[in-house]
Amino acid sequence: MSTDLEQFYEVFFEESSELLAEMEACLLGLDVNSPSIEDLNAIFRAAHSIKGGAGTFGFTDMTEMTHMLETLLDRLRKGELQVRSEMVDAFLKAGDVIKDQLAGHRGDGTADPAVVKEVCEELQKFSEETPGATPTNNGNNEVSAEYSQEQPQQEAVAVIESCETELSSEIGGESPIVAEDTNQTVYQIEFSTSGLSDGAKENLFFNLKQQGKIEVLTQSNDSETCHLRMTTTAPEEDVWETLAFIVDPANLKIDKVEETEESDNSTSSESTTQEVPSTESTEKTKVSSSEEFESAPYGFFPGAPASPVESSAKEVNASTVTADKSNQSLAAGSSTKAAASGETNSIRVSIGKVDQMINLVGELVITQAMLAQTTSEIDPVISEKLHSGMSQLERNTRDLQESVMSIRMLPMSFVFSRYPRVVRDLAAKLNKKVELKTVGEGTELDKGLIEKIADPLTHLVRNSLDHGIELPEKRIAAGKLAKGTITLRAFQQGGSIVIEVGDDGAGLNRDKIMAKAKERGLQVHDGMSDQEVWMLIFEPGFSTADKVTDVSGRGVGMDVVKRNIQGMGGRVEINSVFGVGTRITIRLPLTLAILDGLSVTVGDQMFIVPLTYITESLQPSENDIRTVSGRGRVVQVRGEYLPVIALHEVFNIRPKSSEIKDGILVILDADGHKAAMLVDELVGQHQVVIKSLESNYRRVHGVSGATIMGDGKVALILDTTGLVMSTQ
Amino acid sequence: MAKTILAVDDSASIRQMVSFTLKGAGYEVIEAVDGQDAFDKAKQRTFNLVLTDINMPRMDGLKLLENLRKISQYQSIPILMLTTESANEMKAKGRSAGATGWLVKPFNPESLLEVIKKVIK
Amino acid sequence: MSQQQTAAMPTSANSVGETASQQMNEFLTFRLGAEEYGIDILKVQEIRGYDSEAITQIANSPDFIKGVVNLRGIIVPIIDMRIKFMLGNAEYDQFTVVIILNVGGRVMGIVVDGVSDVIGLDMDHVRPTPEFGSIIDTKYITGLGTIDDRMLILVDIEKLMASEDMGLVDQAVN
Repeated sequence: MSTDLEQFYEVFFEESSELLAEMEACLLGLDVNSPSIEDLNAIFRAAHSIKGGAGTFGFTDMTEMTHMLETLLDRLRKGELQVRSEMVDAFLKAGDVIKDQLAGHRGDGTADPAVVKEVCEELQKFSEETPGATPTNNGNNEVSAEYSQEQPQQEAVAVIESCETELSSEIGGESPIVAEDTNQTVYQIEFSTSGLSDGAKENLFFNLKQQGKIEVLTQSNDSETCHLRMTTTAPEEDVWETLAFIVDPANLKIDKVEETEESDNSTSSESTTQEVPSTESTEKTKVSSSEEFESAPYGFFPGAPASPVESSAKEVNASTVTADKSNQSLAAGSSTKAAASGETNSIRVSIGKVDQMINLVGELVITQAMLAQTTSEIDPVISEKLHSGMSQLERNTRDLQESVMSIRMLPMSFVFSRYPRVVRDLAAKLNKKVELKTVGEGTELDKGLIEKIADPLTHLVRNSLDHGIELPEKRIAAGKLAKGTITLRAFQQGGSIVIEVGDDGAGLNRDKIMAKAKERGLQVHDGMSDQEVWMLIFEPGFSTADKVTDVSGRGVGMDVVKRNIQGMGGRVEINSVFGVGTRITIRLPLTLAILDGLSVTVGDQMFIVPLTYITESLQPSENDIRTVSGRGRVVQVRGEYLPVIALHEVFNIRPKSSEIKDGILVILDADGHKAAMLVDELVGQHQVVIKSLESNYRRVHGVSGATIMGDGKVALILDTTGLVMSTQ
Repeated sequence: MAKTILAVDDSASIRQMVSFTLKGAGYEVIEAVDGQDAFDKAKQRTFNLVLTDINMPRMDGLKLLENLRKISQYQSIPILMLTTESANEMKAKGRSAGATGWLVKPFNPESLLEVIKKVIK
Repeated sequence: MSQQQTAAMPTSANSVGETASQQMNEFLTFRLGAEEYGIDILKVQEIRGYDSEAITQIANSPDFIKGVVNLRGIIVPIIDMRIKFMLGNAEYDQFTVVIILNVGGRVMGIVVDGVSDVIGLDMDHVRPTPEFGSIIDTKYITGLGTIDDRMLILVDIEKLMASEDMGLVDQAVN
């Protein structure tokens, strides 16, 4: 049977990304001077899990990298080496490499081989450090040398650890005295290996080694026959049984070569080591034997419970199991329960399923609204129960909708968690001292928005660090603490989520921005408010950095930030005081899926206008309307002349009346640009579920999406920003 | 009746793969995310085989092995350990904790089935 | 399946008798003006009556785009194929139906002059498309089939609906 592993890739990718993030968070939180063993273990486990998965799915580049990580981490958590901050840096770099490698397997970029090599070498260097003089140093060297022939440097760490405990038994095992002093027989064994898997061979050799000492006389891959010499205390039948279990008995030959003298001191310590299948003896036989079966994919412990090899099963059972210990195990179980994490309390669900649920609930809401409308026409006196049932249904539907929507919500910590790293790296690069504070990580935001906000926010954080926070000496000269602070804050305000990026840096320089704006030919005048001046930095091609740095002063970016945020239905504003600091505030809708809207009609059509853009609506009087050449009609509203958007003209609909005075003007404000939209009637306010028009159709000018109204009909949602901008 | 296997690994992708492979071969599979979870599940019912990762949070595979072997129903149930460390040290530890055998990670679905078939009859 | 039919239509009998070995495809047939068309049944999600009340018009779209409807929470565009292919006056009567298609992950409805049947066609007996003047451009036609003595024009509906001609999908500009 062959299984297509690709179907599990996605889970692995997701899982690895999570593990990498976890690892990074642990690394960043690690106190280098007194690292907690839990943190080191957690980091080790993350690397270990990624390695396991990567190996299974055949992503060898990731396996190698995680192996290096794991090797060094293992030494650290065992206290063989001291954690140093360079190591943390190397780990972080390695994490980045793995991220790149992961992206590579996702078909999204590649890891830079030069960086990979550099990081590998760095990790290697750390791993090879000796923790100073070790009492068992001599022994270590000897045994490692033996290993390194088979597996150069790979298993070095594991070996050093294991040999400390087994050094004495190792010597004992090699000693010829053991063989001669006990009641041993030497057999010459010959059998056919044809048809045996590597695993079966490994299994066989392991079993034989349990019974005695074996020497492989010939064992090549071409020859199907294997010759062994075995020195054992076991009777010939046992040896035969062990072999015949795996090897075809027809091709098996065992010859007794010689019988050694029976020894008197059968209770000698040497013979005990030989017979009892204790931990030491297992290790000994393995270590002293050749390593060629080390790579077997699996194997069994002979004598272990339920092992397919039946020999000496009782013995091990007796030694490892005591019947009345179940109470003790329960106690052991409950003691570790304290560390129970929330892992088992969550399930992984594809976003598609959630969205489907949201759609279904959306429909339920519509159906409920239709029923409510029909019910309202029925006399409440006659059908009291129906009415009370309907209001119950309405409440339940609303609650259900809310909780379904909340599934898509993720805490801001998903985004905030990446910034400690960004700030750490960048501060080091710029020689600045910066502390990052995050407030309100628990504030929840729609998953779609969370994903989209990360990039603009990163840019803002980098910008604060690069342009906002001053160099330490400059800060001290200005009477500030040498260490600057960047604060990320998230909170909910009404139907919006507010995210702030604040710094206590130099603040924006009005004169400099104005000069720059003039130089760039932007429309500016000295009467502009500070607010308006600050917004200039979001203009395309605007950068006030004296010199272009590779950090953020490339003159592109801030305008992209603003565009991205607007694309998410959000707004940006800036507050800044020269010399004190800057705060950039982003306002986002709670979710992408729901919108507060005003329904308006034009002719026989209904449209939804997002409420966030509406400042007011009014019935115009004839005197307020002017026609300006080249700009069409304008209307005077509170002393301002606003361009008129006649919706019936935009959408080619026959209105109830084409006279402005007969309609209603909805005043829109999209990012400071105002316009008056002429419609026939205002219908009401609704919270509508946003549906994509583009998933089955195409983009339509002036329309940002669609929704389904209470009567089941589709209503289009207006692209307010687009409409307003087209008049400017 | 289908034999039931308890698959223990803190990695969801490994669990999924193991589970998928074994279910495809007709076994019933229950997943556990770590040793503690596995131990709790093992106490509720008796599995025909336990397949456990070693390095896991809360309770590691070795501890799980030890704990399971203390329960009378689990004294003769095959328990295989999944380990990335092919080193003898780990095998020895597993052995003394009561493992029936080991399977080295990374493994492919075929060798997983092969080893399972050897211990479940 | 009657004997009579088998006797009268040897070709069709052949196809019915050997479904296992021959490649049989099922087609939904519908009329557009005087011609009869067949589309792969697997692309058809459902068939609905035409309800102009339920349609929301989309401004500034070509006249063959009747608008969009709510199909169980999904916004689905409705295209009148008769207007698109200029088959004189497109009347909306009790026979007018909307075939809801699911092509390339997109759901859309096409208005046709009535659905005839679902038929199985042995692909070996489908003739290649000659250069002839059908309503639909021959590049969207996969072949010609025969039912009874009528010609059935087989349309690659997926290709047609995704085409620039239809303007249903945002074409990659530049």
